[in-house]
Amino acid sequence: MSDKIAVKVDDLTVAYNYKPVLWDIDLEIPEGVLMAIVGPNGAGKSTLIKSILGILKPIAGSVEIFGKPYAKQRQIVAYVPQKGSVDWDFPTTALDVVIMGTYGSLGWIKRPRQKEKKAALEALEKVGMLPFKNRQISQLSGGQQQRIFLARALVQNASIYFMDEPFQGVDATTEIAIINILKELRKAGKTVIVVHHDLQTVPEYFDWVTFLNVKKIATGPVKDIFNDDNLTKTYGINYKVSIQE
Amino acid sequence: MDITEYIKLVFTDYTLRTITLGTAILGAVTGMLGSFAVLRKQSLLGDAISHAALPGIAIAFLITGAKDGNILLLGALVSGLIGTFWIRGIISKTHLKSDTALGLILSLFFGFGMLLITFIQKQPNANQAGLDKYLFGQAATLVERDVWMMALVTGICLFVLLLFWKEFKILLFDADYTKTLGFNTKFIDILITTFIVLAIVLGLQTVGVVLMSAMLLAPAAAARQWTNSLSVMVFLAAIFGAFSGVVGTAISASENNLSTGPVIVLVAGVFVIFSFIFSPSRGLLFKQIRFIRNRRDLQLQKTLSFMFHIAETHENIGHPHAIKILNNFQGFTKGSLQKLVQKNYVKIHGAMWSLTEEGFKTAANLYNQQTQKNE
Repeated sequence: MSDKIAVKVDDLTVAYNYKPVLWDIDLEIPEGVLMAIVGPNGAGKSTLIKSILGILKPIAGSVEIFGKPYAKQRQIVAYVPQKGSVDWDFPTTALDVVIMGTYGSLGWIKRPRQKEKKAALEALEKVGMLPFKNRQISQLSGGQQQRIFLARALVQNASIYFMDEPFQGVDATTEIAIINILKELRKAGKTVIVVHHDLQTVPEYFDWVTFLNVKKIATGPVKDIFNDDNLTKTYGINYKVSIQE
Repeated sequence: MDITEYIKLVFTDYTLRTITLGTAILGAVTGMLGSFAVLRKQSLLGDAISHAALPGIAIAFLITGAKDGNILLLGALVSGLIGTFWIRGIISKTHLKSDTALGLILSLFFGFGMLLITFIQKQPNANQAGLDKYLFGQAATLVERDVWMMALVTGICLFVLLLFWKEFKILLFDADYTKTLGFNTKFIDILITTFIVLAIVLGLQTVGVVLMSAMLLAPAAAARQWTNSLSVMVFLAAIFGAFSGVVGTAISASENNLSTGPVIVLVAGVFVIFSFIFSPSRGLLFKQIRFIRNRRDLQLQKTLSFMFHIAETHENIGHPHAIKILNNFQGFTKGSLQKLVQKNYVKIHGAMWSLTEEGFKTAANLYNQQTQKNE
């Protein structure tokens, strides 16, 4: 972790049909952290990263990536959407999906070539999916599909990764594979922001955490702020989590 | 009329050649673009667009007073595009779901179009007759100029498709992700939609407002059954569409001049039904066959493993046992016993059976193999 701020969010407010989903969020994420965003259903976790990435239009607020507007920094930001957000019956192969990660650096019209394919194969190798490269994507298990999505983001070779529930509905093998990759990314100095559901694993997997429930409740190092007080403030009920040191 | 004679006629007869070429090109371009509509789950959009084009035809006629095909189609294009962008507007600006928006625009525009057409037909003007042909299409009115027009639009469409292939593909699969990569998704979206509207408008004269959406969907739905690759799917859909056009024209020309549009749509429908049943990987027939085969294999394995458990208690695995004891558990049939004998896993001596060496080995590995598969 360095002193640089990777992501800076100011006064971000998002509303669906006049109902605020995110209210006046200020957030500073230091470079090099592995951060979980936690909160109950409907707390606006996915909305937060979608607004940071410009997929959703906030009604107010601004986002800076390393001090510059997001639009100028797209090349260093990668996104892993929720697995359920796409139709896996789409006629394409695992390798093809991963190659899509190179489309951003290719730009308009230019086609992926040998170099892009090689990068995609390396990413598939990293997530342990190389043997499945020619598999039609509907014939992959949920965990394998998640790893394909991760590989697609790895190909982008970004500095900041946003992931929307990468552990949702995956098997134990995949969960271990994913967390190992996340830790490797952090070791390489990357910043990783993960929407996360399983509170039990927060202290084990992450070093930074943001509590969110429409408003930002707290953000900081897991060892300082991951406590019953913040959990209760976020989830509204008396929450007790045993934290293993 | 036999087939060779008909084919000769296609090359020599001006009208037949024009119609055949026109319907083939139309089928190809709608099949191609239909693949995108189907994969975007916008199957109903085509229906809404074609119905929304009708008032445009009527208004173009009212303004110009001429029945020039291209001007009427220009009117259709404009009102089709207006309908499409209203649908998108309704979806993004209100709480209404897309099916509601589609239905709303479809019936409103179609109703308005019908109103205008009946109004025009009441006019004391000899020129008014024939606008209602756009309802169900009339391929016989195709002239060479129309075919050139279709070829031109198809050519442009193909060029744009190849140029932006990568962008179309990624937008179809994952629009949000496409946005984060820095692509202008709105532009790609409008490009696709505009070409879909263009293809539909081109087909109105031939197939008509009511049936046009089938031209868009049927070839694409059939093509999806045969491949897991987007490029192959688009290619196949174009082939199926073109073929439907040619065959539909042939049938309608040789059988008492049946209306061409509906026949083409029915031929495309036959492609769909055939594909749904006979496709090797997704078809109903092979799915059923795989299901039955799996069940039969499982039956054999069940019997074999039961025999294995009996045989393994004896030192000599070839020790014979009464067939009767197999009756104690469900699933044993004479058929499965016969199959096991054929596979040389089991020997039968009168009312007794014994496992062969090979059968014993296979049965012993059965359990291992299955746990390995599950891993």
